[in-house]
Amino acid sequence: MNSSIAFWNIFHKDLRNYYFKPPNISWGIIFPIAWALMFFLRSRNTLDIRDLLPGVIAMAVLFGTTSLLSVTLNFERKSRSFERLLLAPIDSNLLMLAKTIGAIAFGIINAFVPIIFAAFLADLSGINWLNVLGSIVLIAVTSTFLGLFISVTAHEVFEAQTYSNFFRFPMLFLCGLFIPVSQLPVVLRPFSYLLPLTYGTDILKTAIHGNGLIPIWISFLVLTGFSLALFWLSTRNIKKKWIY
Amino acid sequence: MTILEVKKLTKSYGKFTAVDSVDFTIEQGEIFGFLGPNGAGKTSTINMLTGLSRPTSGAITLSGVDCVKNIKQAQRRIGIVPDESNLYEEMNGFENLSFCASLYGMAKAKRERRAGELLEEFGLDGTGKKPFKAYSKGMKRKLTIAAGMIHDPEILFLDEPTTGIDVENARQIRKLISTLNANGTTIFLTTHYIEEAERLCHRIGFIVGGKIVKIGTIAELMSEAQRENIVQFALENEVSSLKETLSNEFPGFTIDVLDNAGVKIHSPETVNLMPFMKFFDQHRITVHEAKIIRPSLEEVFVKVTGIGMDKLKKEKEGGKR
Repeated sequence: MNSSIAFWNIFHKDLRNYYFKPPNISWGIIFPIAWALMFFLRSRNTLDIRDLLPGVIAMAVLFGTTSLLSVTLNFERKSRSFERLLLAPIDSNLLMLAKTIGAIAFGIINAFVPIIFAAFLADLSGINWLNVLGSIVLIAVTSTFLGLFISVTAHEVFEAQTYSNFFRFPMLFLCGLFIPVSQLPVVLRPFSYLLPLTYGTDILKTAIHGNGLIPIWISFLVLTGFSLALFWLSTRNIKKKWIY
Repeated sequence: MTILEVKKLTKSYGKFTAVDSVDFTIEQGEIFGFLGPNGAGKTSTINMLTGLSRPTSGAITLSGVDCVKNIKQAQRRIGIVPDESNLYEEMNGFENLSFCASLYGMAKAKRERRAGELLEEFGLDGTGKKPFKAYSKGMKRKLTIAAGMIHDPEILFLDEPTTGIDVENARQIRKLISTLNANGTTIFLTTHYIEEAERLCHRIGFIVGGKIVKIGTIAELMSEAQRENIVQFALENEVSSLKETLSNEFPGFTIDVLDNAGVKIHSPETVNLMPFMKFFDQHRITVHEAKIIRPSLEEVFVKVTGIGMDKLKKEKEGGKR
């Protein structure tokens, strides 16, 4: 059987049914625009904008991916249309990749909203765009799989959203986005290094203004590890909980 | 030829056993009915057969494929119509069918042609562009059956296909099921509507409390329940005064004189009508009708399962058909 046909059609269906719907476009695009404006307009100079850019990019990706994935998965599960996918002759890993690739793409697109804004307001020369792109992709993949892990645990869309907030908000404050990890209380620092966003933000910081703390190859490696582990845990939970 | 073989199939949830060591086979080309009250284990069984749940123990073989070990391989050969429509509300009928076809790896041109064919076959060709959420319940069910047939499965699993549907749509769906079967599709049908099973199925399995208590063709199930032959005469007059005379004249028979000018003859052997007709003629009693009384499948079900008519009636009402 040609599994790629199933893969692309699930991806295409999700884009049409969920990601390209006006409420989601507004959440995905307007939300990062609002953040970008809020932070950038309050900045005193263009240096501030460059300083803030890693944080705004990471937030846009994190919220875009985790919010929509819980909708596409939990909503379909509730309406039982997800059963149709489970009953199809598609490998469960491929199925979950097809279900998550939309969220990853959505997260990556979201990341470019603050970048486009910043391009008009500040000088973005000297940035290592390859590392920025790599970091955005890995943050999107990790956040999506974190969203997947949470969605599999939840039964309802609102439950998934609530659980997501338990991860999202502490992560924002502990990952070094607004307060550098080195300035966090000593007791909290170990927790920072348990969060995937810490490594994603650090790559962005290194790429944008060169003041990251962790060697870039370690961050890429750790993020890849987080992605693989979260995907493995999620698909294992799906097999365990949804094929009961 | 056996298409599906189920051996010692068991599903337990903690201490509760939903399906208890069930054995049955389904032959190619037949409609096999799984009949039981709500909570009997019908959906749990269908879920295990289709890969939506894992058996606690037992074996399922579909056309030689081990469904427990290779469910994805088996899923290519089966079509599933769940008890509730599970298509996508935002998509129209044509898009839903086309999407379902893509899940089986069908190329665009092929799946669009197939979707068009099925919409026409199921009488939905005028509504293919309508969103699924705008469909009536009956139309939704028909499209869900069409989606189950999109890849030409060897066997189609239908879980309570007419539950919650109005009489006319239920009739149309039953006709569709018969047509699909006549065209060669093997069908596994679960229902709690006895008359539906009687009308559609070649063989029926009664399931109660997770156990199959009886399997057979309708004739087999009926003959087993029919331990005696019953003939009922509808007469012109009330004949209670003749009861003793009748009993003396026909000593091998049990005779009930009915209140409404009728007589019921019970016998372990086939009843020859002529001696009775002669008897009534001699006593100048006009016979309007003589009919053989056979037990209904409902009576057979009650007899075999021990489940009262009241419970079945309640469930029928619950079905809101």
